[in-house]
Amino acid sequence: MNRYPVWKYAIIVIALLVGAIYTLPNFFGEAPAVQVSAGKAAMRVDTGTQARIEEALKTAGLQADLVTFDGNSVKARFDSTDNQIKAKDAIQKALIPDPADPSYVVALNLVSRSPAWLSALHASPMYLGLDLRGGVHFMLQVDMQAALTKKAESLAGDIRSTLREKNLRHGGISRNGQTIELRFRDTATRDAAKRVFQDQFAELQTVDVPEGSEYKLTATIRPEAARKVQEQAVKQNITTLHNRINELGVAEPVIQQQGVDRIVVQLPGVQDTAKAKDILGRTATLEMRLVDESAEGREAESGRGPVPFGSERFTERDGRVVIVKKQVIITGDSLTDAQPGFDSQSQQPKVDLTVDAKGGRIMRDTSRENLKKRMAIVLFEKGRGEVLTAPVIQGELGNRFQISGAMTVMEANDLALLLRAGSLAAPMEIIEERTIGPSLGAENIAKGFNSVTWGFLVIVAFMATYYMLFGLFSGIALAVNLLLLVAVLSMLQATLTLPGMAAMALALGMAIDSNVLINERVREELRNGASPQAAIHAGYDRAWATILDSNITTLIAGVALLAFGSGPVRGFAVVHCIGILTSMFSAVFFSRGLVNLWYGRQKKLKTVSIGTVWRPEGSGAVAKSDANGV
Amino acid sequence: MEFFKIKKDIPFMRNALIFNVISFLTFVAAVFFLFSRGLHLSVEFTGGTVMEVSYSQPADLTKVRGVVSGLGFADVQVQNFGTARDVMIRLPVQKGVSSAQQSDKVLAALKADDGKVVLRRTEFVGPQVGDELATDGLKALGMVVAGIMVYLALRFEWKFAVAAIIANLHDVIIILGFFAYFQWEFSLAVLAAVLAVLGYSVNESVVIFDRIRENFRRYRKMNTVEIIDNAITSTISRTIITHGSTQIMVLSMLLFGGETLHYFAMALTIGILFGIYSSVFVAAAIAMWLGIKREDLVKPASKKEDGSGDPNDPNAGATV
Repeated sequence: MNRYPVWKYAIIVIALLVGAIYTLPNFFGEAPAVQVSAGKAAMRVDTGTQARIEEALKTAGLQADLVTFDGNSVKARFDSTDNQIKAKDAIQKALIPDPADPSYVVALNLVSRSPAWLSALHASPMYLGLDLRGGVHFMLQVDMQAALTKKAESLAGDIRSTLREKNLRHGGISRNGQTIELRFRDTATRDAAKRVFQDQFAELQTVDVPEGSEYKLTATIRPEAARKVQEQAVKQNITTLHNRINELGVAEPVIQQQGVDRIVVQLPGVQDTAKAKDILGRTATLEMRLVDESAEGREAESGRGPVPFGSERFTERDGRVVIVKKQVIITGDSLTDAQPGFDSQSQQPKVDLTVDAKGGRIMRDTSRENLKKRMAIVLFEKGRGEVLTAPVIQGELGNRFQISGAMTVMEANDLALLLRAGSLAAPMEIIEERTIGPSLGAENIAKGFNSVTWGFLVIVAFMATYYMLFGLFSGIALAVNLLLLVAVLSMLQATLTLPGMAAMALALGMAIDSNVLINERVREELRNGASPQAAIHAGYDRAWATILDSNITTLIAGVALLAFGSGPVRGFAVVHCIGILTSMFSAVFFSRGLVNLWYGRQKKLKTVSIGTVWRPEGSGAVAKSDANGV
Repeated sequence: MEFFKIKKDIPFMRNALIFNVISFLTFVAAVFFLFSRGLHLSVEFTGGTVMEVSYSQPADLTKVRGVVSGLGFADVQVQNFGTARDVMIRLPVQKGVSSAQQSDKVLAALKADDGKVVLRRTEFVGPQVGDELATDGLKALGMVVAGIMVYLALRFEWKFAVAAIIANLHDVIIILGFFAYFQWEFSLAVLAAVLAVLGYSVNESVVIFDRIRENFRRYRKMNTVEIIDNAITSTISRTIITHGSTQIMVLSMLLFGGETLHYFAMALTIGILFGIYSSVFVAAAIAMWLGIKREDLVKPASKKEDGSGDPNDPNAGATV
């Protein structure tokens, strides 16, 4: 009766094998590495970059243990930190000719030392949280009201110029918070204005408010349009943060949206919070200026003459020199949007730009006077300008115009992104900040590890003395539980934190409950006089319902924590829940397998090793002994 | 080895009233301390800045306090953290000042005073986050309570659900009472521990209830009190061994986990100890007073399903 069919053993063996494979990478530790990733949105790291890095290492006489390309970055692993630093210098020299203008981020990093065949199976170690590896964590809140106010402001300007174009006389346009108020003297103009709104300002909804002799119209941003503005604002802020953090040279920055209006930034390994905060909060500026196309300007552009007075020399992303006039046409403040798209006639990729009304007016005048000339869009960061693009003005421009030409889709995307990234869409505020020193991280790992190890050993020792062989089986099942738990966490690439390690310890402490239940039940069956085989069977069978009930109640608590917890509590909850699930497998299914393997074959089993089965003298109410005794 | 050589069923229910009075008094004391002293909430809930710095020699707290309050921060807490060389500085949220910059300012001042000071950890939490965490914590607690009650009501009976929740919520209040009395820091990790304990000690009640249900089926002649006494007696060994094992783990965290896990482990320890007490003495007694009956649990349909029918069948449970 206590036998498993072959397929059950097969499941156990497969689970153990898979568990072992995915747990394995955690034991190899980490090796010093140099990581190269793109330093600009327009730059891509590819296998070509990998070849250049390998070449650079060869010329420097350095031997990397492994050079891998993972789609976003190239990582080169070394045997010592000495070589790692040398390699960083060599790669930096080879890839970045101009240190003032880095197109790649070359950062020191730690990568798993696990062999290539494990990486090929996508078996990688658990990701260590900041409290275990050290670093900085920021949570930023985007000021959505400010974003909406900014949008309303630019819309008010647009309305003003549109009404002027249509020759509709109004009695004043004002912005009150996020609502725009328009006054009219008669209903006819007001209705005409309403039609204009319907045609051109779909994102606004209008309400009539009769006020004395005047007709007032209030326009507010529609909720769905407002939502779009907010989404856009968060997205743009994330892009901007990405660009800025790239300068810090962080190997694996995490920049994620959390909730509707929050952004989490995690910078593992960064210790200089002051600098990080400074960089996150900096504003970049965008300027549109005319290219100096005078004879002197052209001379200077080709490098044959000095830069003429009143002009400046900038470079484009690909290194081409552009001589640009110092006079600024409009700044990035006027730019309200930049979106990639396709030209409806030529089917070529393009970038649509939208500037506010004031900017539109200036653009119109400037473009009329400078037809067929080039206009440069310059992005200033850290006080250093870079020409993003310098297209030729093809016609008279309004407040909406496009940049098109020889661009790939990706280039159009990148350009739109860079244009938008120039500044933050809305101000942000740091609402949470956490810094963990690297030594504290290492200490935390040791603390977590010691807690789990000692607790585990003492429990196994106790179980083995108290329940003998059954206790040993329980101990093995507990070890399997730990193995599976770590394997699942590694598979999910969950972030391990100190609370996570605490949850691991707690999960083991609670998991043993199932085995205690089973062992006690088996003893009780033996005490009541069941034959060993029947006792094992009944013990497992009857304990199962209880185990299920109790695990489900614990799981309910775990799920609630997962649903409402944030930060460290989430880390705890994830491990807690997974631990409960793996414990059901290991404590019941797996330990039964062990018991069946050991005792199942023996038809005439006389005794089982489960410690003392004590029977009360005489017949108490507890022991309902019956004839079927041993 | 066998620790529990119990000859007869222990008449737990005979003294149920006494146990419940003890537990009620503890509960009242806990509530009293919660209101009179309040919880010492961590910055995660209140908002503010915490810095952990470490010196090369044992730190002079008064000097550190002087340096920090010299910067114009009011209501600054400075205390040792773990060892004498580690110092924890807690600054409240300041209006107007960009709070994220506080830590830099403090560290600069401390560095000027003693160059060997090392920043180990800083944490800044804005007030809006704190409020949110508090409400989320309460929501989580509500969800745990509701979830467990619904599950127990479905699996057993509403009387058991009510009994289990009363018994275990009183554990939670008692844990909070301890934190209020000793003014231990109540952090997010402690909240997680409290909720984990709630789920865990409901386990305990579930095990006993399971046995009560089984006994109702098996021993037709016993009355409710005897059935409950028998159920508790026959599960007591498991209860104590299980909790002992979990406590071993928690103790290991208490010993090796350092300052960060200290209060987490503390909350678990109190929760585990009172968990045993409340499920053994309180939950079953409440269920008894709510008037559980054989008919509540032994429904004709479920009896057939279960298969462990006749109590006098020598081969009960020994299916092949």
